[in-house]
Amino acid sequence: MTQMTFARAINSGLRKSLENDPKVILMGEDIGALGGVFRVTDGLQKDFGKHRVVDTPLAESGIIGTAVGLAYRGYRPVVEIQFDGFIYPAFDQIVSQVAKMHYRTQGAVKMPITIRVPFGGGIGSPEHHSESPEAYFTHTSGLRVISVSNPQDAYTMIQQAIASDDPVLYFEPKRRYHDKGEVDESVDPGSALSMEKARVVAEGKDVTLVAYGPLVKTARDAALAAADEGVSVEVIDLRSLAPLDFSTLEASVRKTGRLVITHEAAQSGGLGAEVAASITERCFYHLEAAPVRVTGFDVPYPYSKLEMHHLPGLDRILDGVDRALGRPNSLSGLEG
Amino acid sequence: MFTDDAGKGGISAGGPGNSDDSTRRTGGDLLQLITPEGERISHPEFDSWLQDVSDEQLGSLYEDMVVIRRIDAEATALQRQGELALWPPLLGQEASQIGSARALREDDFVFPSYRDNGVAYCRGVKVEDLVRAWRGSASAGWDPFTVNVATQQIIIGSQSLHATGYAMGIQNDGADCVAVAYFGDGATSEGDVNEAMVFAASFQAPVVFFCQNNHWAISEPVRLQSHIQLADRASGFGIPSMRVDGNDVLAVMAATRIALDRARHGGGPTFIEAVTYRMGPHTTADDPTRYRDANELEDWAAKDPIARLKSLLDRKGLLTAELEAAVAAKADAVAAELRAGTINMPDPAPLDIFKHVYSTPNSWLDRQQDHYSRYLASFGDPAEAATEEGAR
Ligand SMILES: Cc1ncc(C[n+]2csc(CCOP(=O)(O)OP(=O)(O)O)c2C)c(N)n1
Repeated sequence: MTQMTFARAINSGLRKSLENDPKVILMGEDIGALGGVFRVTDGLQKDFGKHRVVDTPLAESGIIGTAVGLAYRGYRPVVEIQFDGFIYPAFDQIVSQVAKMHYRTQGAVKMPITIRVPFGGGIGSPEHHSESPEAYFTHTSGLRVISVSNPQDAYTMIQQAIASDDPVLYFEPKRRYHDKGEVDESVDPGSALSMEKARVVAEGKDVTLVAYGPLVKTARDAALAAADEGVSVEVIDLRSLAPLDFSTLEASVRKTGRLVITHEAAQSGGLGAEVAASITERCFYHLEAAPVRVTGFDVPYPYSKLEMHHLPGLDRILDGVDRALGRPNSLSGLEG
Repeated sequence: MFTDDAGKGGISAGGPGNSDDSTRRTGGDLLQLITPEGERISHPEFDSWLQDVSDEQLGSLYEDMVVIRRIDAEATALQRQGELALWPPLLGQEASQIGSARALREDDFVFPSYRDNGVAYCRGVKVEDLVRAWRGSASAGWDPFTVNVATQQIIIGSQSLHATGYAMGIQNDGADCVAVAYFGDGATSEGDVNEAMVFAASFQAPVVFFCQNNHWAISEPVRLQSHIQLADRASGFGIPSMRVDGNDVLAVMAATRIALDRARHGGGPTFIEAVTYRMGPHTTADDPTRYRDANELEDWAAKDPIARLKSLLDRKGLLTAELEAAVAAKADAVAAELRAGTINMPDPAPLDIFKHVYSTPNSWLDRQQDHYSRYLASFGDPAEAATEEGAR
C-alpha cells in the first residue's frame, strides 16, 4: 500500500499498462514533456519514448480519428482530452465512428480505445473547463462510460479500461486530482472489482444516495452528517455510467425504499433521470417516495464566482435526503 | 508516420523534416521594416502603405505598446495576489497586436482569442472589462457590439469560422468593412481553422486571418503543428498570405492594411502569419521551464518589439523626455484603473446563475430557480448558503 494522489494513481496505472502491453500507446496535447496540464502523464514520455507517449497536434477530431486508425492496426490507444469542454470537436469521431465500428463491421473491427477526460467543476476555471458531458456519451450505444472516485479505483479501472476491447470514456474528477488515498499497486486489475460494477461505499437503511466521480466524497460526507441527525444513508458509487449496474442499485433501493441521485451535470436528460426512471420501473412497489435528483441547474456551467451555487454541496444533498424522507425541507408545502 | 529521436519506427513528431530549431524559419523571407536594432529599412511595396504614419503616430504606437505591456504585467500581478483566477500573458506580442489593431477601421469586426487583450484594449474595451471573465465575475467581459470585438474565444480556432461567417454577411450586405480572426499557431491544426479557410476562399469573403505564431501552443512547439511555414498553408486553400516580423509594429501594420484593402475591394481573404514569441508562460498556471529552453528566450528577448520601436524613435530624435514621461504617466494611470476596477468589481448575486440562459422564459428553468431561491431562503441568511461548500 502506498499513499498517493489521484493523479499519481492514474499515472501509475498508465505506466503498468504501457509496461504490460506494447500495443498500448498514449496520445494527446501536451502529454509529453509537460506531462499533461494536470501532470497525469508526468515522466511517461521520458521512460517510454516519443513513439509510445505522443504529443499530438492541437486537433481533437484528429486525435480520436487517428486513434480509430491505430485501433484498426491493432493498437490500444489511450487518448487524453485536455479538458471536458474540448471533447466536442471530437464528438463526431467518438459517436459516429468509435461507438459504431464494432456494430457496423459485425464484430470484425474492435475499438479498444480509452478516452481520458478530466471533467467537472470546482476549481475556479474559465468557461469550457468545468463541464460534465457524460450524458452525451451514455446516450450513445457502443460506448462504455466510467467515472472514478478514488485513487485505488483510478489505478485499477484505468487498466481495466485499457484492457477492454470496447471503447471506454474514462471520466476523471479533476477537482480530486490532488486528493490522497491508499493504493495497492499489487492488485491485479483482472481480479479486482470490475469497472462495470457499482460499489456500496457506505451502508445504510433509510435512503439510497447515488453518486459518481467528484460527488462520491461529498455524498459520503453528507451521509456522515445525516448520521448525526439519526438518518442512515446508503451511499453508492456508480463507477460505471454506461452500462449501469442495476443489480446493486435495485438491491439497495429494495432495502431502503428511497432514492436520491446527485451529479454536477445539468438535470434535464442527465444520468439522474435515467437512474430514477429505471429504478421506478424496476422497484416501483418498493419505493416509499418519488426519487429525488440533486444536480447542477439547466444552465451553461457558470462563471467561477457562481459555481458553488451550481454544484451540489453537502447541504443541498441533505435537503434532497430530507425530501426523499418527507422530513421538513426547503420545498415543504409545495406540491410536485 | 514519423520516426522518433532514436530513429526507431514509431509515432512521434520529430525526425529529419522538423527536428531543427523552429526559429530557423524566421529567416530572410520575413517582411521586416524595422531591424532588431531599431533601424528603419525601406521596402518598395510596404512603405507605400505607411506614408501617413507621422512621427506623432509612431509615438502613439509606442505608447499603446507600453500601455498594454503594463496592463499585462498588472493583470499578472493581480492573479498572483489572488484577485484573478487566471491570466494569459501577451508579453512579447505587443507589436503584432497593436500593429494589426491600429490598422483597422471602427466598423471592422474582430474575433479574438483569449490572448488578444492588446487588440481589445486598442478597440476601446475598458480595462476592467479585460479581466472580468478571468476574475470569474462574468462569462464575457463586454458587449461585442459596443466595440466591434467579439468576446474572447477559448475553444481553439472556433472564432475563425465566426469571422468568416460575419464576412459573408458583410459581403451580402454590400458593405466594405472587414472581419478579422485572431488565432495562434497551434490553432492552425484545428479543423475549424481549416474549414474557415475553405469557406473564406469559396466565397471570397472579406476576412483576414491573423495568425500570431508565438512559437508555442502550451508546451508544443510550432514544428509539431506544421512542417511548412504557416503562411504557406494558406496557398493550399487558394488564399494569399504574408509572413511578417511580428515584433515589428510597422511591418505588421503595413501587412494588415494590405489585407484589409484587398478585402474591402472584393479581393477576398488574406492570411497573415506574424512571427513573434510568447515571452511569458502560456497562462499564469503554466510552467514553461518544463518544456522550453532558456537560450531560446534570450534570443527572442533581443528582438523585443517595444525596445525596437524605442530605438527607432531614438534614432529619429523622437524619444524626448516629454514623450517618455507622458507614456509612463499613461501606463501608470491605466494600471491604477485596472487595479481599482478589479478590486471594486461587485460579486454577482446567486440567482444571476439563471439569467440569460434563454431570451424568453423557460418553465423548466423557472421551476429550478424557484426551488433554489426557496433553498437559499431556508438558510435565513443567504450568504451562509453561498459558501465554498458546493466545491467541496
Ligand atoms: C479545442 C481546444 N482544445 C484544447 C484547448 C486547450 N488549450 C488552450 S490554449 C492551447 C494552446 C493554443 O496555442 P496557440 O493556438 O498557438 O495559441 P497561443 O496560446 O500560443 O496564443 C490549448 C491546447 C482549448 N482551449 N481548446
